[in-house]
Amino acid sequence: MAVLVETRPAETPAIRRADRPYWRRNLPTTLLLYVVLVLGSAAFVYPFLWMIATSLRSLAGVGSAGASIWPDEFLWDNYTRAITSFPFWRYTLNSVLTTVIPIVGTVFSCALAGFAFARLRVRFSGVIFAVVLATMLLPGEVTMVPQFMLFNNLGMIDTLYPLVLPAFFGSPFYIFLFRQFFARMPGELADAAVVDGCGWFRMFLLVYLPLARPAVVAVSILLFMGYWNNFLGPAIYINSDQWKTLPLALAGFQSVNGTDTPLLMATSVLITLPCLAIFFLAQKQITNGITFTGGR
Amino acid sequence: MNPTIGWIRQLAESWGVPGVLVPLVPFLVLLAVLYAVIGLAAYGAKRKWPRADKTIAFWLFISPWLIGFLVFTVGPMLSSVYVSLTSWDLITPPKYVGIANYTEAFQDPRVAQAIKVTLLYALISVPLQTALAFLVALLMNVDLPGIRLFRTIWYLPSLVSGVAQIVLFLWVFNPQYGLANDLLGKAGIEGPGWFNDASWALPTVILMSLWTVGGAMVIYLAGLKDVPSNLYEAAALDGAGVVRLFWHITLPQLSPIILFNVLTGIIGALQIFTQGFIANGGPKDSLLFFVYYLYDNAFQNFRMGYASALAWILFVIIMALTAVTLRGSAFAVYYETELGGRRRPRLRKG
Repeated sequence: MAVLVETRPAETPAIRRADRPYWRRNLPTTLLLYVVLVLGSAAFVYPFLWMIATSLRSLAGVGSAGASIWPDEFLWDNYTRAITSFPFWRYTLNSVLTTVIPIVGTVFSCALAGFAFARLRVRFSGVIFAVVLATMLLPGEVTMVPQFMLFNNLGMIDTLYPLVLPAFFGSPFYIFLFRQFFARMPGELADAAVVDGCGWFRMFLLVYLPLARPAVVAVSILLFMGYWNNFLGPAIYINSDQWKTLPLALAGFQSVNGTDTPLLMATSVLITLPCLAIFFLAQKQITNGITFTGGR
Repeated sequence: MNPTIGWIRQLAESWGVPGVLVPLVPFLVLLAVLYAVIGLAAYGAKRKWPRADKTIAFWLFISPWLIGFLVFTVGPMLSSVYVSLTSWDLITPPKYVGIANYTEAFQDPRVAQAIKVTLLYALISVPLQTALAFLVALLMNVDLPGIRLFRTIWYLPSLVSGVAQIVLFLWVFNPQYGLANDLLGKAGIEGPGWFNDASWALPTVILMSLWTVGGAMVIYLAGLKDVPSNLYEAAALDGAGVVRLFWHITLPQLSPIILFNVLTGIIGALQIFTQGFIANGGPKDSLLFFVYYLYDNAFQNFRMGYASALAWILFVIIMALTAVTLRGSAFAVYYETELGGRRRPRLRKG
């Protein structure tokens, strides 16, 4: 007791000092950090705000406003024009179809394979998993031309099928993610289910997949960003107006109406909107998802 | 078109399948046949070895990937090797020409230009992006009031990607009306032509790529949160300053994540396409990225053989750069095996 009383007074100030949050310990550095943070934020968010401001201007207003991000005009009409001047809803439907269906396909096939690699250790499963990892390195461009010929043979050129079907056959990166996730889940679950006379597939569907919800959500969000903005695929397979997706339509729009800035910006904002909405709805899941995609 | 597939399509049409669904029918039929074979094999195997249900389940579970791997990767790879040795415009039958496509590629000045532009882009943008993302993550890791808001603001641009981002930046860097030159003009500097200037186009694309550094930042941030705080405490007790803490703890601890990001960054940068496409290769081929040139040959000029040869050249370049990065990183990356008495499960290769 006496020893404790003796040592404490010497340590307390130091502990208190360290317990205080960083910004109170070191005020000048904190101020400097805030200056950097504010300046950096301005640089990062400026083009973004400029895009929104420009989308609300008239064509003449763009020339005179220059770098200003103050939207002194509010021409909501630009958005109406963006929706009506080309088959916007048709392209949106195509974009939704080529985003939602591949997400479902990829999540299901990859979760299934990931589960098999994590929980069903059999002969050769290690070798095959190594093959899965190796295919991550193969650039899609090597198989681009023959895949085009394959879909050409099936008569699927200028349809949405080539953008949708391959997703149902798994993708190495997401198989890897799901495998990591399932490998971390307790094996007792499987034992319990086997005792109850459950088959492997039912066990996967009813026990493991519902528990993998965080992984499913995170992977779906990542896939959404990828498929929604996909450009190379539609650029290869889609020729006719009817099947264009939004990015492809915007690219064509850029080359035709390249001078109508407000219209282009309004369309860009509209295309970005779903990504923004998902970000604000699922901020936490995105951060979680990125945490376990970050390697290690 | 393949005669069997044509026959199935005709059959589907005569049965009154809606026109939009007709291309799907041959695909579904092929898939059904494939799965019938697999199902029968599995059933037979289960009858013969009733205790091997785990093995059978494993093969069934990976069968979607396995079939996709064979149909969309192995098959196309093999036929890609063959196609690269032919001259083929999709209409007339392919004509075997030996290695003529490869010799042509090595003499094609536009291939040299494409490799130059693509490598320059990868070798400049990836280190810049990595350094910036890492620095920003360090900044965002400081525990300040309101830091979450700043994180959101810096991440937000990453959501504007692909075509929308390029369309925006074509206007940001418009020499006349753009945001960049207006700001520079106010500072008394006459801005360059950006995308319209052959010597500025590539730097502009690199600059543009820095805008979406938020995605990588979040990954580093997650990594920084994962560094065990007892390491810092122990080192600080031993009298290490901020710089040494960074150099001897933060950097080694995050080195696997940095390597992962650099590798995916290099692979992604070498496959850059959209920027080149929207800019039509840029003035004087200054944005003639390799994949764009490949696309141009395959799907605009219909030179399938030449494009396949280009794809294999790209594959070799990607493999070479990956191998160099991995070799170079071997001494710089620290993989922890034991930490604070607690063994971390290592990634098992099997």
